[in-house]
Amino acid sequence: MNWVVSTFSTSIGKKYLMAVSGMLFLLFLAVHLVGNLTIYGGAEAFNSYSEHLHALGPLLAAAEVLLVLAALLHITMGVTLFFQNRRARPVRYAVDKTGGGGRTIFSQTMPYTGLAILVFVIMHLTAVSRFFVDRTQKTAFQVVTELFSNELYVALYMVFMVIVAFHVRHGLWSAFQTVGANHPKYMPFFEKLSAIFAIIVGVGFGTLPMAISLMN
Amino acid sequence: MSPETINLTLKVWRQHGPEDQGRFITYQANDIPTAASFLEMLDIVNERLIVEGQDPIAFDHDCREGICGMCGAVINGRPHGPEKETTLCQLHMRGFQDGDTIVIEPFRARAFPVIKDLAVDRRALDKIIQAGGFISVNTGQAPEANSLPVPKSNAELAFDAATCIGCGACVAACPNASAMLFVSAKISHLALLPQGRPEAAKRALAMVAEMDRLGFGNCTNHKECQVECPKGINITNIARLNREFIKAAVSSPEEIPVFPAGRPEALQMGAK
Ligand code: SF4
Ligand code: FES
Repeated sequence: MNWVVSTFSTSIGKKYLMAVSGMLFLLFLAVHLVGNLTIYGGAEAFNSYSEHLHALGPLLAAAEVLLVLAALLHITMGVTLFFQNRRARPVRYAVDKTGGGGRTIFSQTMPYTGLAILVFVIMHLTAVSRFFVDRTQKTAFQVVTELFSNELYVALYMVFMVIVAFHVRHGLWSAFQTVGANHPKYMPFFEKLSAIFAIIVGVGFGTLPMAISLMN
Repeated sequence: MSPETINLTLKVWRQHGPEDQGRFITYQANDIPTAASFLEMLDIVNERLIVEGQDPIAFDHDCREGICGMCGAVINGRPHGPEKETTLCQLHMRGFQDGDTIVIEPFRARAFPVIKDLAVDRRALDKIIQAGGFISVNTGQAPEANSLPVPKSNAELAFDAATCIGCGACVAACPNASAMLFVSAKISHLALLPQGRPEAAKRALAMVAEMDRLGFGNCTNHKECQVECPKGINITNIARLNREFIKAAVSSPEEIPVFPAGRPEALQMGAK
């Protein structure tokens, strides 16, 4: 067997793919958030951000292709690991307790929050991306304002942002542990960063609808 | 002063053999001295069962001093019971209250089929060791100790990893029934020492391949293993295993061995 295929077919290999693609998403989240925060600068600032982003052309397309590939990997690996892990314990415990300092609500819900995020991403892309929405008639700011004028959508959106925060809370430090970067010198930092970044993502994205309603 | 005793209700997993369905049976365990260890408590219960003409509860044990790794069961949802860094044989009844109900289950994992009651087949761990958890040396005169310098920090990390007794509680505790903590301890204690380096790449690839083949789950960093390990093995060892593995896969000439497909022999004892 080809060594690349056999390496990434092992449990650790699959986890490296999970971790590295996950890190890419974390980076994407950070960039995406910074971009979205231009909303606080008003319609003009946000529209100019959107135009500048699209002016990147091939660079943007390359980033998109990379993200789609990473998503495909992350999802395939995630689903595989999920079913393999369920199979690894066919008989469940009658009493299943944790001693504390082990699994958390974040670590235990990873497969489910992951699935929810996939649903959100599809919903989000069909609602705002240039592939699905005609941008010749509307500015980016108009698209977003219209979307967030629907209260049901806003409520759903905020729930999804909490879900993303949950996923990030376990995902960030976990990705570093998986690629082998766990050392007493810096792991405490990554663990804190995990919590802080989760809050930044949850609050940063989650409050965007409010920012817009305040602006109108 | 007569020794203090407590009365307990035990809910014990009873399973006649690998093919049996298994079920919980409730036993009343009265007058248990608090000075008894958990296994001695089971001995007392078993003696009473034998007197009554019933089948005693099967459980594994050997040294009863916390060093061999033979004992282990899940006590009220905790492998080796509630005490931190304590094997089941070193757990004492003084940690329980009069009137307590204790649920006792075997370690649960596809790779650890139940042999009988609380005794499970953990040969899968031995197979992982056989795949590469050793160093090949020719015997002969012991070399001059100072000819192989070992940094003190490495010596300590290696020793910490080497305290793993191979009990399998990490597998039992892991929500994914992953054996990563065990494998990482074995990899680490050899990889950190100069004697272990020559075969480090081959070892990492072979042990991981064997671990996967035997049907253990994949680590998702829940840290449950580290919480329940009676020897306090830390997950920094798992990070080291991940590093050793990728280093071996990418930068050594060694290949990941392909073990024969099919149902691994460690699982043939039964287990659904
Ligand atoms: S790592 Fe700890 S829990 Fe796992 S086998 Fe070794 S001693 Fe037991
Ligand atoms: S019987 Fe040896 S460690 Fe418990």
